[in-house]
Amino acid sequence: MKKSMTAPLPDRRGRFGPYGGRYVPETLMPALLELEAQYAKAQKDRRFQNELAYYLKHYVGRPTSLYRADRLSAKLGGARIYLKREDLCHTGAHKINNAIGQVLLARRMKKSRIIAETGAGQHGVATATAAAMFGLQCEIYMGTEDMQRQALNVFRMRLLGATVTGVDTGSRTLKDAISEAMRDWTTNVRTTHYVLGSVLGAHPYPMMIRDFQSVIGREARKQIRAAEGKMPDYLVACVGGGSNSIGLFYPFLGDKKVKMVGVEAGGAGIVSGKHAARFAGGKPGVLQGTMTYLLQDDDGQINLTHSVSAGLDYAAVGPEHSFYHDQGRIEYVYATDEEALEAFDLLAREEGIMPALESAHAVAHVVKLAPKMKKSEIILVNLSGRGDKDVHQIARMRGVAL
Amino acid sequence: MKRQMGRLSYGTGHAGKGASAVASQSPLAPNRLDATFERLKANGEKALIVYLMAGDPSLEDTKRLVLALEEAGADIIELGVPFSDPIADGPVIQRAAQRALANGVSLRSILATVKLLRLRTKIPLVLMLYYNSICAMGYESFCQAAKDAGVDGVIVPDMPPDEAGPLKGPAKAAGLRLIFLLAPTSTAGRRTFVARQSHGFVYYVSLTGITGSKLTDIADVGENVKKIRRVADAPIAVGFGVATPEDAARVSRYADGVIVGSAVVRRIEACRQDPRMVEEVADFVRSLKTALIQKQQPAPEQPA
Repeated sequence: MKKSMTAPLPDRRGRFGPYGGRYVPETLMPALLELEAQYAKAQKDRRFQNELAYYLKHYVGRPTSLYRADRLSAKLGGARIYLKREDLCHTGAHKINNAIGQVLLARRMKKSRIIAETGAGQHGVATATAAAMFGLQCEIYMGTEDMQRQALNVFRMRLLGATVTGVDTGSRTLKDAISEAMRDWTTNVRTTHYVLGSVLGAHPYPMMIRDFQSVIGREARKQIRAAEGKMPDYLVACVGGGSNSIGLFYPFLGDKKVKMVGVEAGGAGIVSGKHAARFAGGKPGVLQGTMTYLLQDDDGQINLTHSVSAGLDYAAVGPEHSFYHDQGRIEYVYATDEEALEAFDLLAREEGIMPALESAHAVAHVVKLAPKMKKSEIILVNLSGRGDKDVHQIARMRGVAL
Repeated sequence: MKRQMGRLSYGTGHAGKGASAVASQSPLAPNRLDATFERLKANGEKALIVYLMAGDPSLEDTKRLVLALEEAGADIIELGVPFSDPIADGPVIQRAAQRALANGVSLRSILATVKLLRLRTKIPLVLMLYYNSICAMGYESFCQAAKDAGVDGVIVPDMPPDEAGPLKGPAKAAGLRLIFLLAPTSTAGRRTFVARQSHGFVYYVSLTGITGSKLTDIADVGENVKKIRRVADAPIAVGFGVATPEDAARVSRYADGVIVGSAVVRRIEACRQDPRMVEEVADFVRSLKTALIQKQQPAPEQPA
């Protein structure tokens, strides 16, 4: 194992270098300290680990397959492309890996109520699903703009017995849903666990969610070795908060020859200002509990973001990504709305797989990268979710009435 | 020395304090906050601390409000700096922040307003702002600018003392008091840790929730303030759910100061188009002050 290089992060204060930390109201500090302690215990508890493994295998459907996309590879005429099929997880995205882990933890902590935020709705659906399975009360906060874009997921959450509460402040997207969920947690912290959906927020969330999502990279590492007898040349994943990408990248960090690319939402282009490319257009600051790269103005007010994909439409990025960005270990690029939509079509037609619009951003970068590579080289892409949830939106954008 | 005076005035429960905690506190420069609490204490009065969102409805109104509210009995003014994503605030203060931001109000223009106010009043002024506003200006630049403007203290609701490291040195150098918050959920360990780092006053959040929530359990407030008093040097002010003169009077039995925010901001919101807005708000503040003065019996747990 080559994990030694990455083992110490975050440090005891929840820092990845200068990033991370715990910037929350005092009311939440005891809950965060308790969560950190309980999580540390659970990590060492074989019963918890076995329980988690059981549900990941029999309920989520892990391991997900690593699929060699021959037609896509041939079409692009370069590197061999593998897709890590997180879209095949129960509920249709990688989000369930974390939701199951945190709901199991909440049960250990005897919390009777679960809350979560959601952007694209995938994390909300995953949390509502896990809460239903364990019989816990569940409330999901979602920006009203996102509720419109992702009406199908709103209905799915309600079918699963969750209360979906619209958030009508600010940009009415993921950022505002997180603020509202934090306010709820501040008010109901004694009975409630907040299942944050990405590697964001105050320590221990970025660490804990990374750990729950690292199952993606652990599986992928074994699978690619079995399939190719070597490590991939590139890992590519989209980065909203950054949980699917860090989940894939983390177990490979010690493999120094493996290059990693995180793909942010370029929206209508960086110059337009309508995007969510934090590394291309942001600078470090503190939002919603953590110090990290943010899209903000000179006064530190958070900018409104834009992306065709609700799951990438967020002004901050996980603090661990900020650290690896500064270290130069992970490269961050962006794909525009248009490029992502083209990649969606390409994957649907060449491989019969409709990716989530979030994951389509990763595919869009592969479209640029693969042709420049040799046929003997390998790209491993995280297909973090399936695109069914986006079909209505795409139809609407094309003027098709369903 | 100022610090020593503070300890004598408020150190009713210091028996268990270790010498190391005292030794680690080098003297702080004189500050209007300390002077105000000492004066009130000497008179047997409790501090009325009023929160306003700076720039709501305009910075010109903020100036008029500060002067009128001082006249009406406010002892300390907290000026909120609007932030786009205020996680500790309820809907009333969120809306006020949105209005102020829509007016183009910024931390810099608020500091310029404080500077003008300082020509006309000596009332202690405390900024309540989110961490990213400070971060964007830079810790040293912010503290220097705040000092130059005449700010006395700073409350950062999303900065527990655990994360205050980079701000402590510059704040101390500028003579700014860093005021930290304690909550009903705070453990004994947190109480000691936070209270001992808080200067100017300790801000006790009276309920588990966000600003403007409804205060229900006064007895619990009393219990917690009593526990904080055992470990705190600084006076203790209570806020977050205090909405009426009755609330203020009841809370003042236990605390050294009472903070009223959302209830004031709600009144400003309701009559922001009204030429009598400043007088309306001043009337409300006067009613709060009257309630505090009428309730001037010493709290049961405090030796007279």
